[in-house]
Amino acid sequence: MAEQRVKFTFPQQLITLPIIYELGKQFNIITNVRRADVTEDRGWVVLQLQGDLEEIERGLDWVAAKGVRVDPVQGDIVE
Amino acid sequence: MSFANALRCRECKREYPLDPIYVCEFCFGPLEVVYDYEAMQKSVSRESIESGPASIWRYADLLPCDPDPVVDIQAGFTPLVKAERLGEELGLRQLYLKNDCVNPTWSFKDRVVTVAATKAREFGFDTLACASTGNLANSVSAHAAHAGLDAYVFIPSDLEQGKIVGSSVYDVTLIAVDGSYDDVNRLCSELVGKYPWAFVNVNMRPYYAEGSKTLAYEVAEQLGWRAPDHCIVPIASGSLYVKIWKGLQELAKLWLIDSVHTKMSGAQAAGCSPIITAWESGTLNIRPVRPNTIAKSLAIGNPADGYYTLGVMAESGGAGVAVSDEEIVEGIQLLARTEGIFAETAGGVVVSGLRRLIEAGRVGRDELVVAFITGAGLKTQEAVIDALEPPLHVQPTIASFESALGERGGVGSRAAGSAS
Repeated sequence: MAEQRVKFTFPQQLITLPIIYELGKQFNIITNVRRADVTEDRGWVVLQLQGDLEEIERGLDWVAAKGVRVDPVQGDIVE
Repeated sequence: MSFANALRCRECKREYPLDPIYVCEFCFGPLEVVYDYEAMQKSVSRESIESGPASIWRYADLLPCDPDPVVDIQAGFTPLVKAERLGEELGLRQLYLKNDCVNPTWSFKDRVVTVAATKAREFGFDTLACASTGNLANSVSAHAAHAGLDAYVFIPSDLEQGKIVGSSVYDVTLIAVDGSYDDVNRLCSELVGKYPWAFVNVNMRPYYAEGSKTLAYEVAEQLGWRAPDHCIVPIASGSLYVKIWKGLQELAKLWLIDSVHTKMSGAQAAGCSPIITAWESGTLNIRPVRPNTIAKSLAIGNPADGYYTLGVMAESGGAGVAVSDEEIVEGIQLLARTEGIFAETAGGVVVSGLRRLIEAGRVGRDELVVAFITGAGLKTQEAVIDALEPPLHVQPTIASFESALGERGGVGSRAAGSAS
């Protein structure tokens, strides 16, 4: 089973949507929130994803297509 | 000897052994090296440092590596230049420039990579790796060559030829990745878990970042063991900025300087300024951005140390400033024509940012100010080439020469300008 550690950054219009719930339900991925900070106008969530690598990648593509920014937990590493 | 004794999560404060790890297993927060300062204090003195080598390794006791042997291409101990002419132009009486253009691969990255490479070899790695658009790639390539280590350097496939040469000349494996900047980020993050390599700014990051502290150590030593009143630092991920502050605090903790009163100001390019935007909005939450600036070395849209940068800015009483691409070019030219230092775009960000902060009253005209110039301009010639005057073309006759010179304003325009 593969694991990825990612950070989702939500724009204001997506904050109220159950995107993490749907990610786990539509794809065969275990989602595990480790840190988060969400207010009425913005939010970010750091979480662990477990599952088949291809399923995780499909799931992350779906999340990004929804308009959520997906980054590695360590931020940008291209310096 | 090293007095590093643990890695600590910057969020939940859990501690870990000194291993090649970079995030907390509990909260996924970033890890930072912590030291036994009590023991360090008994071993370190101004004299012990001053008798060390003319490189960052004179501060080996304050770094997280066992110094024997180090992977060393002579990074650091770069000049601190009293900038009389630039200071006069900006209206500052005590302006100094920390000129890190003169490092072995012409940027401050040599400071962090020498530490990361030394630690990587200490851990038993035989391969260095990084993802980079320029300065980091050059430095990793050179250090790997010097140490006899393999190196894999990942670059975006549309990177300019000039930047590729600065790495490929060291005979490393360059991998040009098709796709967006985010795609390169994601690929390299996945590779870290798959290959037993020392990715200098990922699994070596807690150690790598400590190399930036040496900028603070050197500035304090070169000022006669005192902290400046004000620092102005270019900001990309924020790591350099935060570590300069940490370095000053450590010197005070070790009684090598008096207490630190330094204001830490930071500058970004307006085309990639998530940290300055947050500072101006009075929030600690960074909104990631897609970079769009000529300052490629600062183009980090999702800065890892953004939150901590804002904390230092507030704690120290510094300020943030973002400058346009036009101002960056003006800053490069101003630095070059007043001090004879040709900086890359990050230097233009610092000089124009400093000018703005002075105009806004954020930097006092009598303060002792240090501006950090972190990379050389030969790497980013395309940024300024269109703004420069072309050469005078003349026939090989005195008449042709004098005619052309007359059109350009005559002989000695600089001396005449400074006398007026």
